[in-house]
Amino acid sequence: MRMTGAEALIKSLEKEGVDVIFGYPGGVVLPIYDALYDCKTIRHVLVRHEQCAGHAADAYARATGKVGVCLVTSGPGATNLVTGLANAWMDSVPMVAITGQVATAVLGTDAFQEADITGITLPITKHNYLIKDVNQLPTVIRQAFELARSGRPGPVLIDMPSDMSKAEIDFKYPEDFTIPGYKPVYKGHAKQIKEAAKLLTRAEKPIIYAGGGIIKSEAWKELKDLAEIIEAPVTTTLMGKGAFPDEHPLSLRMLGMHGTRYANYAIMDSDLILAVGVRFDDRVTGKISAFAPHATIIHIDVDPAEISKNVVAHVPIVGDAKTVLKDLTAAVNKIEKPYADKTRWHAMINEWKKKYPLHYHQDGQIRPEYVVETISKLTKDKDTVITTGVGQNQMWAAQFYSCNTPRGFISSGGLGTMGFGLPAAVGAQIGRPDAVVVDIDGDGSIQMVSQELATVAANKLPIIIAILNNGYLGMVRQWQELFYNHRYSQVDLNVGTPDFIKLADAYGLKGVRVTQVEDVEGVLKKAIEAREPVLIDFMVAREENVFPMVAPGTSIDEMLGGIPGAAISQMIDEQEEEEKDETYPVGTRGK
Amino acid sequence: MKHILSVLVENKPGVLARVSGLFSRRGFNIDSLAVGPTEDPDTSRMTIVVDADNLRLEQITKQLHKLVNVLKISDLDPRDSVERELVLIKVSAPPNMRPEIVETANIFRANIIDVSKSTLTMEITGTADKIQALEDLLRPYGIKELVRTGKIALARGKLAEV
Ligand SMILES: Cc1ncc(C[n+]2csc(CCOP(=O)(O)OP(=O)(O)O)c2C)c(N)n1
Repeated sequence: MRMTGAEALIKSLEKEGVDVIFGYPGGVVLPIYDALYDCKTIRHVLVRHEQCAGHAADAYARATGKVGVCLVTSGPGATNLVTGLANAWMDSVPMVAITGQVATAVLGTDAFQEADITGITLPITKHNYLIKDVNQLPTVIRQAFELARSGRPGPVLIDMPSDMSKAEIDFKYPEDFTIPGYKPVYKGHAKQIKEAAKLLTRAEKPIIYAGGGIIKSEAWKELKDLAEIIEAPVTTTLMGKGAFPDEHPLSLRMLGMHGTRYANYAIMDSDLILAVGVRFDDRVTGKISAFAPHATIIHIDVDPAEISKNVVAHVPIVGDAKTVLKDLTAAVNKIEKPYADKTRWHAMINEWKKKYPLHYHQDGQIRPEYVVETISKLTKDKDTVITTGVGQNQMWAAQFYSCNTPRGFISSGGLGTMGFGLPAAVGAQIGRPDAVVVDIDGDGSIQMVSQELATVAANKLPIIIAILNNGYLGMVRQWQELFYNHRYSQVDLNVGTPDFIKLADAYGLKGVRVTQVEDVEGVLKKAIEAREPVLIDFMVAREENVFPMVAPGTSIDEMLGGIPGAAISQMIDEQEEEEKDETYPVGTRGK
Repeated sequence: MKHILSVLVENKPGVLARVSGLFSRRGFNIDSLAVGPTEDPDTSRMTIVVDADNLRLEQITKQLHKLVNVLKISDLDPRDSVERELVLIKVSAPPNMRPEIVETANIFRANIIDVSKSTLTMEITGTADKIQALEDLLRPYGIKELVRTGKIALARGKLAEV
């Protein structure tokens, strides 16, 4: 069929099953937007800043498992998208981004709104393409989607010069195609799997360390099966939240810098780590030379480059989490019981769990942890997606929201992008229209993207925006309090922050301010039932800190805070405090 | 330890930038990089010399493999490969020194490829040791300019193929 490049682009997206594009128009993408005007199958969501087209497509992908798609113009449109791409890249999110580009005839001449976006995004895309021959467009799109969703997923960018959009082609969507240099490995090495199974049944103190890879490969059932068979406790990363039910008896919840004490103690004490779909990030391992000194490490990942990158794996297994876990479980089942006795291990862990539960003070002020906990309680039996800003709000959400279903917790992990929460909620709600979507956000983070309230309003998205308003760039303030001698440099937001209720009102959205702890639950309950957009401004205790915390550069079992009953800002182990003349307390394992 | 990576890539625009960008952003040092077409017009071969221990080399290779345009990587074992580098040296050569310099060049089987009033330019190929030795001998005369292609290498033909 004869058609223009722009029409072929839209047709190709239809063939890929795309039902929504997040985008923003401009000069060189006019032909594409014109073709979109006639398209019945694809919904276009007009964001108010291109960065948010990226984040919305990203969260749409995380919430649905489909490839997220965004479309922006050349030059400033494309450069605005860069953060969105970097975010998706760091968190391995399947995404296809289409950028307009100046006409091929003027490429490289600093033409109006020209930016070398393929050059700029080389390090933050899985691959990118500049279309110089319109006949290749269908194949490129086919490849781009394949690359984005297969292997270790990631964003792929297609740069489309304006003359390519206007040129005519004979459209045929390719059935067959090859990407010669790309062959992801899905099936794990049989011998390695056998070896891993043997180790798993013999370990006395095993632990499973599970990450975003479980969710990407939809391996949550396989993970749970294996964990239950070998009775291994499971800790998840921020990206892995939801991969294993937080409320499962074997769950240790999140580990790492703001992980639970019991997760960090357990991994440090373990004799065997089964790491699946994780990358031993520094926020997880703390001081790497001190990490898990007694453990044999089995590392399963679809990206071979992640294996032994930061921590040497004794049993490396390259493959897809779902496939490998299935094979591993089968291999374990072949080994005769009894497996190694783990009674002592579980007793130890239960002791830690009892001694160091996540907790906070309730003293009449609205504690941010309480807000999150209440959201968790009220949405427990509902299909829910939580998105977050970055900072304390994000860590409290990760700690106090109990996520029991995959794709239920969406946060900017690798890049730590303030402003991710609101556009992510937009993407998640559009992908899962019936879900309760709650953006747990910070007053600083949301100000980076507050224009997206317009997108919420225009699309009548029933998102609950819960701002944990502490009038500070809270996480930075916490570091300044703990490590910079209380010198609060440039973190006070109280002056200049808008009245969020009026802001919501300006966009035609409902806004509620909560200043009394007694009102928290009632307001949230109403918001959840209302199924309409609402912004709730929770005026929380201003100088609340996130604990436990691993100080940068220290081992993850040396945590600050998180010891119940300890005095002063709920963190100080008094005895320790007397023994050591430190400016901040150092936790111990209670040996 | 020095390793010679022979990297077969698709002949696509930007592929050199992808490879060199990867090395620089991941902090891998390149000793030399030579690139050119192969017997197949759709592919190019890059010969990259890196100084890295085994763990690091593994990481470099794995990261290179992730580039979609990279087709094949071989870590050439010096015992099983042939390597060459071409060097052009312009040396200061006043008439009275000329015979001596030409003599030296001959010993090394270097070819004189340009002669001017005050300089001689020669080409030499060979192993790093041989080139270094010639360079050392010519230095006292005054090396005006020097350019090296960087190493290129291929695995030796298998015995069975001979
Ligand atoms: C785009 C961006 N800029 C700066 C930072 C550094 N940063 C990390 S947390 C934080 C403070 C976040 O403040 P707020 O959103 O109010 O959340 P709170 O920590 O108070 O919950 C800052 C500035 C970042 N992560 N992202």
